[in-house]
Parts: sequence; C-alpha cells; structure tokens
Amino acid sequence: MRAAVIVFPGSNAEVEMCRALTLAGASARTVWHREPNLPPDTELVALPGGFAHGDYLRCGAVARTSPVIAAVRAHAARGGLVLGVCNGFQVLTEAGLLPGALVANAHLRFECSDRWVTVEAEGPFTPRAGVRLRLPVAHGEGRYHVDAEALARLRSEGRVALTYRLASGASPDEFNGSLDAIAGVYGGPSKNVLGMMPHPERAAEPYVGNTDGRSIFDAAVEWCASRQSRACA
Amino acid sequence: MHAENAEAAPRRPGGLLAAATGPVYGALVTARAFPGDPPLDAALVARHKLDRAEWDALVAGLGREPTYTELGVASVMWSEHCSYKSSRLHLRRLPTEAPHVIQGPGENAGVVDIGDGFAAVFKMESHNHPSYLEPYQGAATGVGGILRDVFTMGARPVASLDSLRFGRPEHPRTPALLRGVVAGVGGYGNCIGVPTVGGELMFDSSYDGNCLVNAFTCGVARTDGIFYGRAGDPGSSVLYVGARTGRDGIHGATMASDEFSASGPSQRPTVQVGDPFLGKLLLEACLRIFEEDLLIGIQDMGAAGLTSSSVEMAGRSGAGLELDLDLVPRRATRMTPYELLLSESQERMLMVARPGQEERVREICEHFELDCAVIGRVTDTGRWVVKATPGHDPTEGGAPGPGSVVVCDFPVALLTEAAPRYDRPQGDDPSAPERLAFDPASLGAPASWGDALLELLSSPNVGSRRWVFRQYDHIVRGGTAVRPGSDAAVVRVPCERDGLEVMKHLAFACDCNARFVLLDPFVGAAMAVAEACRNLACSGARPLGLTDCLNFGSPERPHVMRTFARAIDGMAEACRALGVPVVSGNVSLYNETDGRAILPTPTVAVVGLVSREAAITRAFFQRAGDTILLLGAAASDGLGGSEWVHLRTGEVKGPAPALDLDLEVRLQRLVVELCEANVVASAHDLSEGGLAVGLAECCAGPDDPDSMVGASVTLPAASVPSLFGEAPTRVLVSAAPADVTSVLERARAAGVPAAPLGETGGARLRLEADGRTIFDLDLTSLRAARERCLTSIVGE
Repeated sequence: MRAAVIVFPGSNAEVEMCRALTLAGASARTVWHREPNLPPDTELVALPGGFAHGDYLRCGAVARTSPVIAAVRAHAARGGLVLGVCNGFQVLTEAGLLPGALVANAHLRFECSDRWVTVEAEGPFTPRAGVRLRLPVAHGEGRYHVDAEALARLRSEGRVALTYRLASGASPDEFNGSLDAIAGVYGGPSKNVLGMMPHPERAAEPYVGNTDGRSIFDAAVEWCASRQSRACA
Repeated sequence: MHAENAEAAPRRPGGLLAAATGPVYGALVTARAFPGDPPLDAALVARHKLDRAEWDALVAGLGREPTYTELGVASVMWSEHCSYKSSRLHLRRLPTEAPHVIQGPGENAGVVDIGDGFAAVFKMESHNHPSYLEPYQGAATGVGGILRDVFTMGARPVASLDSLRFGRPEHPRTPALLRGVVAGVGGYGNCIGVPTVGGELMFDSSYDGNCLVNAFTCGVARTDGIFYGRAGDPGSSVLYVGARTGRDGIHGATMASDEFSASGPSQRPTVQVGDPFLGKLLLEACLRIFEEDLLIGIQDMGAAGLTSSSVEMAGRSGAGLELDLDLVPRRATRMTPYELLLSESQERMLMVARPGQEERVREICEHFELDCAVIGRVTDTGRWVVKATPGHDPTEGGAPGPGSVVVCDFPVALLTEAAPRYDRPQGDDPSAPERLAFDPASLGAPASWGDALLELLSSPNVGSRRWVFRQYDHIVRGGTAVRPGSDAAVVRVPCERDGLEVMKHLAFACDCNARFVLLDPFVGAAMAVAEACRNLACSGARPLGLTDCLNFGSPERPHVMRTFARAIDGMAEACRALGVPVVSGNVSLYNETDGRAILPTPTVAVVGLVSREAAITRAFFQRAGDTILLLGAAASDGLGGSEWVHLRTGEVKGPAPALDLDLEVRLQRLVVELCEANVVASAHDLSEGGLAVGLAECCAGPDDPDSMVGASVTLPAASVPSLFGEAPTRVLVSAAPADVTSVLERARAAGVPAAPLGETGGARLRLEADGRTIFDLDLTSLRAARERCLTSIVGE
C-alpha cells in the first residue's frame, strides 16, 4: 500500500504515523501541504496529529484552505482511503469530509492518557465491530459534537466508528465530554474516510507496551490488498 | 551608582558622572545619544541596577560615559542572569570533564556522546520570575527558550522535563499559579511536538511569593553536525530569522534579579509572549538549514535578545560585530534602539551564514513562512557597534534617510569576560541551629499506621502527579517507553546515518529535595544528584551527564551565599563519585519575597542511556508471585526534613539524613546490572514518604488501574523511621522466584545489603511486623489517596 502523510506547518505526529504505516507493510511518504497533487498511485492519505497552522482561529480552519486538500477531497470521492488522527480528524471535519466538529474538552484541559475504545462499526479500518482497543489520546479539543439530525444519520448508516468506554466495556467514558462518547466517525462514499481522536500510531509497537493501534493500519493495508486483487481479477 | 551618591558626583565637561581610572579598550569612540533618549542621571543608573563600582568600570571600559542605549545593554549583560557574576567563581568547582563530553558549560547547551556518531544535547533553565507574574506565558516561554537553546546546537529536541515549586497549597495564589504554569508548559511543548516526559512538583511556604519553573530539554544531534554560537570570518553576513521584534520582555534579564515585594507584582509588561507554532516553524527551518550545512554560527535570542545573542557570538569568536537596527524586522511602530536591543520577543534566531549561502537560508525561511533579514556583518575590530537612523521606522515604509547614528560602541570583551564577578561574603544561617536541634523521635508513632500512610499518600508533596502530566503530551513522536509516574522516563530515539537506523534509549530524571538542602546544603545537594542518578538506574540507565538549575535567594546575604557554595561542593562530590560530568546549567538568584528566601533549590537533571531495549525497567510491580527485595542502606533514621515531620509540625526540621556515596555508587551499579541481566521485574527508589510510600507506589502507580498488583510484606519491626524515614540509597525491586538467588548473589558480590521483604500479589498492600498486621489496605483506596493529592488545590 502506498500511503501519503500530509504535513501542514505545525503538524507534529507525522513521524510516528509514517512509522506505524511502514510497520504495517505500507510505503509511506510525507507530502507538504502546498502540493496540489498527491503522489501517483496513492492508496491511503493520512492526516497526522499536531497543530496545523497553530490551530489559530479554530482547529483545522486554516488547514482546510491548503492546496493539498482539494487533492485529498478528490481521493476520498474516488473511494480512496483517508485516515485523520487527532488534528487530522479536526481538519477533515473543517474540510467538510466528515460531519460534526471537535470542540474544547469538557474539563477545558489538554488530556493525554490511555483510554479504552470500542469498535462500533465495521469498515476498511475496523473489520470487526465489538473489538476493544486500548489507545492513547492527546488533545485539548477532542470533544466531538454534531447536530441531532446528523447524529441520527451517522447512527443509521453505521458511521459511528469508535466510542470511548470504561474498562468494563459497558458504560461510556466521558472524560472529554464527547457526544455519545464518540471517538471516531466514518465518512466518504464507502466509509473510506475515518476520523479519530485517539492515536493508533502511538500504540503500534511492543516497545511502547501496547500494540492495539496496529489493527487500524493492518486492516487498511489488507483492505487495499483485497481491493487490488479484486481489481486484478 | 548608588542613588545616595548621585548628588555628590562631580560634574565634568562632557560627563555627568565621574569616570574612574581603569583599562580603556581600543580607541575612544563616537556613540551618540539617540533623539528621545532620557538624560543619564543617578536615578536612571540605579534603575538599571548598576552599583557605583560597576558604573565606574563601565565608564573606564568605554573611556567615556555610556549612551542611554549602552547603559541598557551593560545593565543586561552585567546582570546576574547573563553574567553569573556572583556564582561564576563557585561554578568552577563542578566537575565538567569526561571522555564522552563533547561540549561542557559555556555554550547554549551541553553535549555528550551517546555512541554510533550521535550526541545528546541538553540544558535546564529557570523562568521563575516571569512565571510568577504571568504563569501561562512565563512557563510557556521558559519551555520555548530551552527548546531553542537545544535546537540552536543542531539537535532535534526529543524530550522535556519540568521541575516546579509552588507556595503552600492553601496559599490563595497557589491554585492559579499551578494551573497556569502547567497549562503553559503543556501549551508550548504539546504544540511544538516535543514530549514532556517527566518532572517534579513540590509545595512549600517559602515559594509563596516566588514559584520556581525550571524547564529541561534534551535533543539528539549527529556528532559531526553540532553548531556553535560563533561568528566566523570578517565580512560574513549576520542574519535575523524568525518572529518580528516587539516591545515584550524588555529588561527581562535584569528583572530576573529583582526580589518581589508585598506591594504586588506590577511588572507584567516585562513578560514575553510565546508562539509555539512559530517556534515549530523555526525549529524545522533551523534543522533544514543545519542539514544543508549553510551556517558558520547560530545563536538564539533568549534573555537580553538581540544584544546578548550578538555579543556572545562575537565574544566566542574573538571577532567584532556591526548591527544596523534599521534592518531589524519589527511588529511595533516607533521602536527605539534601546527597545530593539533589549526586547525579549520570542522565537528569534541570529545566524551567520557561510559566504554565498545567504540566499538559500532565505529560501528555507520563506518555505516555513519566516522572516529573514541581513541585519549586520562580522568585523575584525573586537567591537560591538550598533547603528540606527533617527526618524526612520521600517513599519512606515520608505528607505532610511542619511544620518545613521552609532548608538552603541563597546569593546566586546567589556560585555563578556570583563563583566563584573564577585566573591561575595559568606556567613552562617542564624536560624540553622534551632532547626537542626529538633528530634523527630519526639513526635511518637501514629495511632493508626494505615491512616498515616493514606495521609502521606494524599499529601500534595507525595501523591500522584497524574493531574499534571495528563496535561502534557508525553507520547508525541511515539518514542516514550517509560512514561511519567515511573522513576526515570525513557524515550527511544531512532538515529539514522548512512541509511542505517540505530535505536538509542535515552533516560531522563530531575530531582531536588530542597528540604534537605536547607538542613545541610552539602548533603542535600549531593542527595539531589544521587537521587536523579538512582532514578535513572531504576529504569536501567547509566548516567552520561548532568545539567542544573541553581535556585537560591539573594547572593548579597552571606548565609545564602554560604549555602550556595556548600551546595556546589556537595553536587561536585556526588558528581565525581558517580562519574557524572556537569555539562550545562543555569543560576537563578534573588528568589526572595519581602526579604525571605526560598528553600535553597539546586535542581539537577540527569541524562542517561539504557544499553538495550530489554533492560528498560519500570517502577511498578508487574505480576503476582514475585519476591520483593530492598536493596541498599538499612534505614535507621532519615526522619529529619521528612514529609512525616512536615505533616506533623508544618516545618522543615531535624538533622538531614546521611548519605554514603560509596554505597550509593555500588547500589546504582548493581541496579543497572540487575536490569541489564533481566533478573528484576521492577525497580523503584525510595524517597519522599519512605518505604511505606514506596511500596504503595509500586502497587498503585501504573497508569491503568487494571494493572495494579498488591503485595504482602513482613518487617522485623515497625517504627516511624523504618516506614516513613527518607534515608537515601535504597531501591525496592521485585524478582521472579527463580531469579531471587541471582539477585542476592549479585548484591553480595557488589557489597550492597539486600533483604527479601515479601511477595507481590492480590488486591491489597499488607504489612506485618512483630507478628501483627501494621496495615492492610486495598489498592483502590491507595490509588484514590494518591490521586486526590492535588484536587484540594485545583479541584476535580
């Protein structure tokens, strides 16, 4: 799988994103936000964490005007995979590729800790619903919000991808005040766009004591491979 | 000069104040007043904190009276903050050399070799006064400043630590200061993308009016890619890169030598404002510029901004420098030369490009949307000359007219080597004997050991720091293996050279129990060094180098000066014993409010290396059925200055614990050996709260409550000293039953006492002695006690 990791001025998690993609068997290269085109044959676009353009004005508000965003939008419209993590998720909502918005955590502090996340919907990045993952979060503005109508649509279309759950797995973990404890949502014509606040790329190696994040990247690589073999057949 | 002498000063033709005799550097020169400069009088000189002798030295050095701008420049360059005038003499006693030291003190940061052609570049610096005035920005710019010090040397920052001190928890300003400082440290570090992986936090009434914010950063560079603050050959262009200059932070460096008074902080305009986003762009631009090898020298504009960066650069190369202020990018209108030279606007760099490479530097800056301007050139005159055109303001457009004025013309050496330095008088602390006479045994034993342990665990000085480090992105860049909350943080740094990637596992810890330094400056400072290194050992790392941040009261008080001198000697002895060179550091004096000094706080941060991934060890018990052993000194005392004494009396008193440096060295070597041999599952040093608290931390410390492991421990006897005493040189380890013999044999061979204490397992921490249960507490309540230690201050 060929992956393009978009770097905005102020992105700061492209290193671990590239590493996690590479570990999953992808070839990853960074693309500066001013590029009007993605590298040829890009199969997955990743928007990493950080503070694109300083998150001034509003998280992701300036980044959505970057030249590369038009190419990302076209890639998504074609059904290509797009993964936005943390700030990348914020950019995707600002760019209109995903519904809703990420606002300041309910406790108004930055939050860096490991949370339990449950896969709610199956899709290219999450092949099995019900799987529980331990993933780190690191955000000041990660409280997902969306209006009631859009929420109903997300639910009916099975696009609520991930929710925060307490250790027991039953009750929601409301540490940041996210609506319905939503941690990630799917978008795009075939759930090919995933935005998530937790950082799977920072839990992808035994070295850090947790490899739960690997499944997101493994699934994407597998999805691309199977689509390719279908295309060849 | 002193204000009271002002009227007596004889007037001479061409000079308001008397010039003393002394060396005159170079030719007499022509610096002139700038339109609008206030007239120099004694009150103005006093406001610039130059005393009589310093004024005389300035006039003698110039061979004339200074201009107003020159007075401002001399004031910052000769400030305690920039010149180390009271401390320099003592700092020389610190050991700074070792075969692996690439750069010791004197540069922007210290550099040690970490093998395979890579180096760790690190330093710690204080930002105490600004943080007290404006906690968020003060702390944020403290972090920004230390980051620039490190990446200025060609290193990519890989980890930060912060050492914080606040007033007593119930002081009305403590909550706002704690919230603001923690948010500020996180605000800068999180955005620029450098993980804040650890630190320390203590509360004491002596910091009520003077908090401490000490920020540490370590970066990694190629040994052949380290850059220095040098100016290079005459004719080379001097480039200004980064944020535009505004009026923020003017005279911050001089303010750092102010004592606060109860009349209240009113110096807010001297606090700088940070922009971590711009800092990130500057970081990436600099690293790109280094990679392409476009520079001869680089210096960040920190304290005393453009002045100190350009003077230090010229001073290190023995060259001269000429600056044209008309060319300095600025964000405020009508800035005077005085303001431009003394502004401490953040996120700015001064560079000297290799001849012909100026354009490429500019292109890279443009890519990162940064301002870049040639503002001067290197000369061979040995002088620091600054020009500006009266009436010209680039923000209003147009070219400068004729009539550029030289506003400063200093011999460089007058601002650097010839800066004043003092051997200030030392004396005894009159309050010491009473403090030391206290006998902690007089406090007796608690009615309930369990309640006493929970009380200790929920003390703001002892319990969990999770509320703090949750606000720091401690995992950005994905390399953090041992997170905050364990002993020393460990960060993996991929080092790539010629297409080959080598993983380096760097360990970081910072420490200082200032209570012990108060009780015995020599032993207390030695204990800070020993504890930081012991923390490293517990994570499996050997120490490579140390940086310090020496926070003390006014050096003009003899007992403060003696404490400082003794603390240096204690640090030096511990560094020599443990084989750790001091490679960089910072001194912050005048930490006083209304004549009351802070606890003497010589904070140290140590950087070490874990030999391989498998040796990385954490503080927490890993599984049931392991044997718990105590390695090191048999604790017989250590209650003087302990948290227990403070909880019971509200005071810091009693004799400081003794430190056996020979045993300390053997213990630390042993612990690293055990980690490297993979015969221990966990290792944790004992410090505040003693053995009982240490056991509770091993049980209830992990991030994930589901990972907690209980323990059953048996002691021959239970006493306040054995449970709560804070004697140093002790490490708790746990080992699988099959490895216990190996641990005991290795301890015997190392000459370190080792005693099995019990076994891990279950959901409780139970301690028995004299055949009875001393306490038996469930892990949930231990965890709850630790986690609530800060909520009394900051809420839920």
